[in-house]
Amino acid sequence: MSDFEPKIVAFVCNWCTYAGADLTGTNRMKYSPRVTIIRFPCTGRIDFMLLLKAFANGADGIIVSGCHPNDYHYSSGNFHARRRWIVFRGLLDFLGIDVRRVQFSWVSAAEGAKWAQLVDATAEQIRQLGPFSGYHKLRGAGVE
Amino acid sequence: METLRNKARELLASKTVQMVIGYGRGSGEAAPARAVFIRAAAEAESLIFDASCQQNLAVYLMKPEVRQLGKAALVATPSALRTILQLAAENQVKDHDLLALAVDAQGEVTPLATLQTIEAHVAALDCNLSAGEKTELQKYVALDPEQRRQFWQEEFARCLKCYACRGACPLCYCSRCTVECNQPQWIPVPAHDLGNLEWNVMRAMHLAGRCVNCGDCSRACPVGIPLYLLNQRLLSEVLANFNFRSGMAAKADNAMSTFKPDDPEDFIR
Repeated sequence: MSDFEPKIVAFVCNWCTYAGADLTGTNRMKYSPRVTIIRFPCTGRIDFMLLLKAFANGADGIIVSGCHPNDYHYSSGNFHARRRWIVFRGLLDFLGIDVRRVQFSWVSAAEGAKWAQLVDATAEQIRQLGPFSGYHKLRGAGVE
Repeated sequence: METLRNKARELLASKTVQMVIGYGRGSGEAAPARAVFIRAAAEAESLIFDASCQQNLAVYLMKPEVRQLGKAALVATPSALRTILQLAAENQVKDHDLLALAVDAQGEVTPLATLQTIEAHVAALDCNLSAGEKTELQKYVALDPEQRRQFWQEEFARCLKCYACRGACPLCYCSRCTVECNQPQWIPVPAHDLGNLEWNVMRAMHLAGRCVNCGDCSRACPVGIPLYLLNQRLLSEVLANFNFRSGMAAKADNAMSTFKPDDPEDFIR
């Protein structure tokens, strides 16, 4: 298990977290390379099905991040997203899926350092949890 | 039962409604009651109401082939009344579109002609999970996550992807469901583990904050998957976090398409 390197997919909004992650890079801050960033117009656009697809396609962990409430590019998408995640986490937990594999965060365009910490902390968490093979195996059971 | 038949005769004879949707005798012990669509006063004989009449008849309100038959009177259990209010809140039924014949376990019939009267009737009902439902739900919540995962994997393994749960659900009325979208294919078609899980997650999520816990999905399931547990878990979640109950008012925001600035966010880093 010690040489396990997690695959993390980050679903981020264009306006805050994506810009924040950009800032991390332009500041030459180092953070875990295990993350694949997918840019969305808004956190409100991130359907829960996309998260399931990431797991089915081999992700061991997921980061969902966007603008802080009240510091928001549009006016309410992240508030809607927050409601959705509250319910979705409850459902995942009830289905016995470890909710620690999905990390939610607000990272603004000025928080390059927070992004680096977030990715590192998530990578460390997933490293401890190990590969999400229980879920990945489900895919093998189907005919694609 | 005779009160109900007389009411149906009266409504049809006076042409107040074109049709009464109610329960009739089913085909045997396994199906003691089934839905009947009464369109002439003389046919009202076949209406029954007893403990076996559990189906949420509000499901037919959203079927186009039923809608085109004109204004209906609907024999409505408490769940069906809440469904009507939820459908109204989602702009799917209008006031005076239908007449609800509220029935209770004693066979009392209360005609409710407007959404406002339905609201008043529902407000007097106990819409909490019953003690038995709470105990059963708690049993699963108390399991450790791995046991829960195994439990659901075994349950979903029986899923045939027949979508009877969707067909029976009065609130699964989209004319084009995500499960039929294949560009991209959101849910794999074959009835295998991944698609079965994804389908059931999606069904539950799309009903979050809308489901009125009528239990018809579970009754319709040919392989007996306890889908009501998922629904009850999510409606508890919605009640606890947003203090919201579906199907209580004809004009209400949907729990999942509105928000409060102070919704809990202790899980967000």
